[in-house]
Amino acid sequence: MFKELCAKAFPKSLWVYHCNVGACNGCDIEVIDVLTPYYDAERFGIKLVASPRHADVLLVCGPVTRQVVPALKRLYDAVPHPKLVLAIGSCAVGGGIWFDSYNVVGGADTILPVDYYIPGCPPRPEAILHGVAVALGLAEKDIESVHLKQLPDRPESVPVEVE
Amino acid sequence: MIASKLKEAILSLRPGRVTLKYPFAPHDPEGDFRGYPEIDTDKCIGCGGCAAVCPARLIMIQDIDQNTRRIVRLLERCIFCGRCADVCPEDAITMTKRFELSTDSGREDMESECQVFMATCQRCGRCYEPPSALDKIMKPGLRNDEVKRGGQDSPYKHISSE
Repeated sequence: MFKELCAKAFPKSLWVYHCNVGACNGCDIEVIDVLTPYYDAERFGIKLVASPRHADVLLVCGPVTRQVVPALKRLYDAVPHPKLVLAIGSCAVGGGIWFDSYNVVGGADTILPVDYYIPGCPPRPEAILHGVAVALGLAEKDIESVHLKQLPDRPESVPVEVE
Repeated sequence: MIASKLKEAILSLRPGRVTLKYPFAPHDPEGDFRGYPEIDTDKCIGCGGCAAVCPARLIMIQDIDQNTRRIVRLLERCIFCGRCADVCPEDAITMTKRFELSTDSGREDMESECQVFMATCQRCGRCYEPPSALDKIMKPGLRNDEVKRGGQDSPYKHISSE
């Protein structure tokens, strides 16, 4: 229901505030890459803004470090409703290779309600564009969890029922 | 002044459209791009080499019963380094060119589970990799040999019972 509401509330342009919460700058470079004329995310009305109060979308890059958690919470509260959160990169999606480090909380969705996940290390500019297209309803998501099982008497694997 | 601006406009018209049509037309990655690491469950022997080398430690191995080994991969934190594909002795893991991994329904979408049928060590009860593919065919499931101690039914019983 929240997603339907968002589809109604964001008919035209998404203004994006990009925050780096401990990323290595790989994802940030790819985000800038998406805004170049070659990939041109601005044709979907996407624009980077300098203040979270102007933004509709929060781009989160990085495996939220412990030091930045209060700042990230304040940042999220500063974005006016309705708002979306995009987690870009493996770090923001699941913590990356730092998922259990002492100084990292491991993923943006431990702190914020994340709406769209774009994995990759760093994600290709096309992958970010695909995430944007999924967020705008231009494309369908292309990934599902896989559960397969080998059986002793059969050459091919069968799917496992997940509860 | 105006002439130079006009010249600039004409120059910028020359290259035409440079923008990729990407979300509306497919665009395959070129070169040796490493995307989603796909695991072929039929080929996997459950040796656990991938779990040993994964830098993100996202491949977990659980022996859920005596001849099933679960290989759970939380690909949400995969860094697509390709080490698991390098180390796999059966080439069960391949780095595909898939990059459209974005999802709107949570990080569970990047999960991958593969249950491998294993042989069981008769001494310790744990799963192990069978010595060869032939053994895997010959001994499916748990062996249940009849218990025969030395001398129980033997014709030389009277000697050993002394």
